[in-house]
Amino acid sequence: MSATEKTETDVSRVLGVPRMGLVLLVGVSGAGKSTFAAQHFLPTQVIGSDECRGMVSDDPNDQSASSDAFALMRTIIDVRLRRGLLTVVDATNVQRRAREELVRVAKDNNVLTTAIVLDVPAAVAVERNRQRTERNFGDHVIHRQRRDLKGSLKRLQREGIRKVHVLRGQEEIDRAVIELERPWPDKRELHGPFDIIGDVHGCRSELETLLDDLGYALTRDDQGRPVDAHHPEGRTAVFVGDLVDRGPDSPGVLRLVMGMVEAGNALCVPGNHENKLVRALKGATVRVSHGLGETLEQLDQETDTFREQVLAFCDGLVSHLVLDDGELVVAHAGLKEEYHMRASGRVRSFALYGDTTGETDEYGLPIRLPWARDYRGRAAVVYGHTPIDKAEWINNTLCLDTGCVFGGRLTALRYPEREIVDVAAERTWYEPVRPTADTAPSELEHRAPAAVNITDVGIGGPRPGLFVDTPDGVVRTDPGNTLAALEVMSRFAVDPRWLLHLPATMAPAPTAADPSLLEHPAEAFTSYLGSGVGQVMCQEKHMGSRAVAVLCRDAAAAERRFVPGELGMVFTRTGRPFFSDPGLQTELIDQLRQAVTDAGLWDRLGTDWVALDGELMPWSAKARTLIRDQYASVGAAARSALPAAGRALASAAARGMDVDRLKSLVARRTDQMEEFSHVYRRYSWDTDGITGLRFAPFTVLASEGREYTEADHVWHMAIAERLTEASELIHPTRHLVVDTTDPAACEAATDWWTDLVSEGGEGMVVKPLLGARARGRKSLALPGLKVRGPEYLRIIYGADYPERLEALKERNLGRKRGLAMREHKLGLESLARHARKEPLWRVHEPVFALLALETEPVDPRL
Amino acid sequence: MLLTITTTASSTAPATDLGFLLHKHPDKVQSFEQSFGTAHVFYPEATEERCTAALLLEVDPQSLLRTRASVRTPDFSLAQYVNDRPYATSSLFTVALGQVLRTALRGRCAQRPELARTPIPLELSLPAVPCRPGPEKARALFEPLGWRVRAEPVPLDPELPGWGDSHYLSLTLTGTLRLSDALSHLYVLLPAMDSSKKHYWMDETEVDKLLRAGGVDDEDGHGWLAEHPERTWITRRYLDRRERYVRTALGRLMEVDDTPEGEADDPAVEESSTTPHLEERGADLAEQRVGAVLAVLNAERVGSVIDLGCGGGKLLESLVKEPTLGRVSGVDVDIDSLEHAHRATCRGCAPSGKGHRTDLFEEQSTTDGQRPRPDLFVGSVLYRDRRFADHDAAVLMEVVEHIDPSRLAAMEDVVFSGAAPRVVVITTPNAEYNTHYEGLEEGAFRHSDHRFEWTRAEFARWADRVADTHGYQVRHLPVGEEEPDTGAPTQMGVFTK
Repeated sequence: MSATEKTETDVSRVLGVPRMGLVLLVGVSGAGKSTFAAQHFLPTQVIGSDECRGMVSDDPNDQSASSDAFALMRTIIDVRLRRGLLTVVDATNVQRRAREELVRVAKDNNVLTTAIVLDVPAAVAVERNRQRTERNFGDHVIHRQRRDLKGSLKRLQREGIRKVHVLRGQEEIDRAVIELERPWPDKRELHGPFDIIGDVHGCRSELETLLDDLGYALTRDDQGRPVDAHHPEGRTAVFVGDLVDRGPDSPGVLRLVMGMVEAGNALCVPGNHENKLVRALKGATVRVSHGLGETLEQLDQETDTFREQVLAFCDGLVSHLVLDDGELVVAHAGLKEEYHMRASGRVRSFALYGDTTGETDEYGLPIRLPWARDYRGRAAVVYGHTPIDKAEWINNTLCLDTGCVFGGRLTALRYPEREIVDVAAERTWYEPVRPTADTAPSELEHRAPAAVNITDVGIGGPRPGLFVDTPDGVVRTDPGNTLAALEVMSRFAVDPRWLLHLPATMAPAPTAADPSLLEHPAEAFTSYLGSGVGQVMCQEKHMGSRAVAVLCRDAAAAERRFVPGELGMVFTRTGRPFFSDPGLQTELIDQLRQAVTDAGLWDRLGTDWVALDGELMPWSAKARTLIRDQYASVGAAARSALPAAGRALASAAARGMDVDRLKSLVARRTDQMEEFSHVYRRYSWDTDGITGLRFAPFTVLASEGREYTEADHVWHMAIAERLTEASELIHPTRHLVVDTTDPAACEAATDWWTDLVSEGGEGMVVKPLLGARARGRKSLALPGLKVRGPEYLRIIYGADYPERLEALKERNLGRKRGLAMREHKLGLESLARHARKEPLWRVHEPVFALLALETEPVDPRL
Repeated sequence: MLLTITTTASSTAPATDLGFLLHKHPDKVQSFEQSFGTAHVFYPEATEERCTAALLLEVDPQSLLRTRASVRTPDFSLAQYVNDRPYATSSLFTVALGQVLRTALRGRCAQRPELARTPIPLELSLPAVPCRPGPEKARALFEPLGWRVRAEPVPLDPELPGWGDSHYLSLTLTGTLRLSDALSHLYVLLPAMDSSKKHYWMDETEVDKLLRAGGVDDEDGHGWLAEHPERTWITRRYLDRRERYVRTALGRLMEVDDTPEGEADDPAVEESSTTPHLEERGADLAEQRVGAVLAVLNAERVGSVIDLGCGGGKLLESLVKEPTLGRVSGVDVDIDSLEHAHRATCRGCAPSGKGHRTDLFEEQSTTDGQRPRPDLFVGSVLYRDRRFADHDAAVLMEVVEHIDPSRLAAMEDVVFSGAAPRVVVITTPNAEYNTHYEGLEEGAFRHSDHRFEWTRAEFARWADRVADTHGYQVRHLPVGEEEPDTGAPTQMGVFTK
């Protein structure tokens, strides 16, 4: 405080105030708090007790409303502080109880409290109050408040207020200038690139090797000891703490790191071992354990100056660092999101020791709570502290402590490249209390979780529903659909780790102008032309069942990216396993993997897994029950009932009854049922195991580290063709590129479609040539429009649909198109998140939302 | 779509008197508007010796769109256009029968009262009767009533020869019966044979309709349904398995019958039903399971419990009555089941104790810090959920076997690692016991939604590993009557730590 106190009257009085924190203005009524607040802070930053009283009573002077007014004020302060906003309290704050409550709110939100005391002579305050027409509570009130204030002044700091600025007299008040101080951890302006280095624990030699591997040039002093390291490309090393203890040369590590930090080549956060070392060096009584003894012995060999430097260095370290525009957080034991950039004992303790329960395990080591598995922040958190086998990302967090001092490895992360670089320990320097790779519960928590949280799918809060952020806008799901999706996901879907994508529903082309047809290519071309898409590809639409195949080259790929112990998965568009028979499923996956191998796709795509989207035929392979119950049964009933009715009507007609209309109706229905039966029979053929199955892939969805929504459909078709050549199982997709601005091309494509449907095909899908991310004039284009043939539509709209064409033409496609677009955005989003290797809950969110949209009651015939 | 009724001349009356009995003139084609189309009555033949009346139902598919279909069935409105109702003898047909031939069905005939009371030679033909249980069942239903039955399965599709027969029968019934009886047999048995849901909303009046058509109110006493050996089956199926209605109807039937209740519940496994809370067999075992769970919770001195996969609230009903339980929660993925559980268990469950919450999902006031009892919410054992914590015990009663084996690891994580209560109770079928169930095929499961059924050794192996991984002890208990070789029908694992 003394540093900020200046006595010269003409110099402004600078008051330091943490930018993220609580400011209490303290002073009697009439001290000029509101005026001061208005001069130095934004109106929205100032919460006044009078205003709150007015809000709850319509009378800012109604003292009986004080208790409610205080509750409101407390709530507003709580919300603002939680959101990290500077908040100034304009109230007398002369009473201890009121202050303590507000300080507690600040502490709960892990921000610092500053008090600014406005101390004016009683006479001034009394005079100001007398002039206030709207309020006059008598001079005795002012005097009582002054007494309270006097009593308070000495104790403010003891109440947990970090800084107290006392401004005595109006003159000092007028000279005050507020200087907002940024939070210590805030280093968002630093963009690196960084090399973040795990727990060194005195392993100087390994650290030298690692720095060398990372490309740093070491500087040595005249005794050959490394005192600095500099990267030619200007990279910055970041140490996650625990530089000391257990290892052979803690002073050597300190010397190097301190040199790097001093030269601006490195940043460092403290570990719990530095924290304890500081206390030991300050002369406090500490239990000399966990390798502290070695460090103290080693430091005994050093000079006093060096020891002082070590103390100053370690004592000055800030609990955690927020770097790279807030994208990266480094803390020794990790840090949950609500603590980022905050300052409090609790935050520091978390950063140093992790989320501990205070209990210890069978080895006497503290039990740590699995904060990382519930971490949902956008910033990557990189930390050390808990020795683990292998550095692995969990929910955008990474632990780099791979137990070098215990004979493991010293590990670094290149950021933003997210590459791991490590060196092996030269020997086991220190025997671990417990093995690093054992399966103690805390270690289990360090693996990627098998289940995501219910809140990640928008359930468990006050109102179910998801809001999924995509580059093309937020996609929302409503409460009922969200709950319905939970049931589908829980009862029928495959392991969510396989579900990197679900195919979106597809809208039909606008209803045909042709009076004899419901759907026609012309409308699809016009629709795309109108939205500014000039080039499209027509693809034959196969009549089978939609299937997404995720195929791994080997078990390692499956374990790394999906589910251990398996080699792939084929699932339906609602995320169910394609075949309920696991044997059949395995056989199919193996054959598809073989096809990918034979087509040379692993090398061509540079990957060890690939996800394909396609149609699996025959329809009867998956939909046998549906065909039986929904289609063939109708045919059977009709084939039995119609002839009997025909005979009865014929006899009646022979008796001279007038049943002509009924007779012709029965005859017509008989013909229609025959046509109808032709359609479903065409898509039903016998299969034996996988013999007879055909898979027609039309999109490569993703492979390691990338997705293919930017690739055009010519490329996708070329891959499909390679697969077709490689395997009997793969079915080709006939296709045609069409320029929608060329009437002749559209005409030719229409003929092509007519040929397809007249030989029994379902129809075609028209897609923007540029692929799934193709854009129209204004926004994302619909990824496809289906144009189904008139014969096929018999099994959709019923055998007699040609008679009802006029009514059917009034179908409303708007909802379906809207749904198709929202689902498309979600499909793109899940692929993008998976390619960026985002945590499971992030990939699962859009997939789950898509499933929720699918439960919406939109006419399934569209 | 079609019913033909043929009779031949008797010594007292010409065959054409059928026209009087049906109140439909043999020389006319008559049409009757129905809500779903038109019913036509005409006579393909009408001579003194032999007379045939035909009831032909013309269904207007467009009209079916107006009827409410459940959104939750996968192809709900697909079924509106592509369905068998225009051709099969569906519930639409029964409705038409009841309306167009109502007088004949009631046995009234002003012109020929004597004839209406007299059994006459009849042949009824129906070309497409839906009957999934097959022709045997059709015989078992009609033969006790005095019919000679010809029931030919209709082939599914001659062009798909490997696919076998459809579930339709071409049914011809011959016998000498009163026409009103013949029609009432059809009126009751056709819907019973058809397992698909009725197209209209079921309510209590269905019980009256059934009993009236079954002849219960007849002045000459018993009526045919009460004496029918398949009456339980018929009643359950006619009433769409709505247990409350079924009990009422059977109660009234038995009263008439005056024989002691000797029939157990239908032992056959419910076909293709996926209702999660439907008991697989016998109320007895279900009660014993609840009893066993309660006993274990008591023995473990549990003060709060969460029923994971509570279904319709079978267990919750007992849990809420336990005074020793401070907090009772129920979780299910299925909202309908939860609503059911709510109705079954809520006696003033609002946190304030101020009475019944009408809407299960209405915003709950938590200002007084109290939770409703039971606290019911939608959740899944495959998603980590903070709401599962803070209970002494978690119960998964007949739940794990509904989880795909590949997802068991997630359930294990959620229950044993996430919620990690002091006590976990799991019950599941004992597959070894299945040999005692007649009619259950070898290797088949007790419920169509079961993904697996464990032998005792399999369950023990799984349970031991889970207990070991998560620091629990596990003990195994039988539930239900034990058989020497196979053990009890249900097995229970009690995990404690």
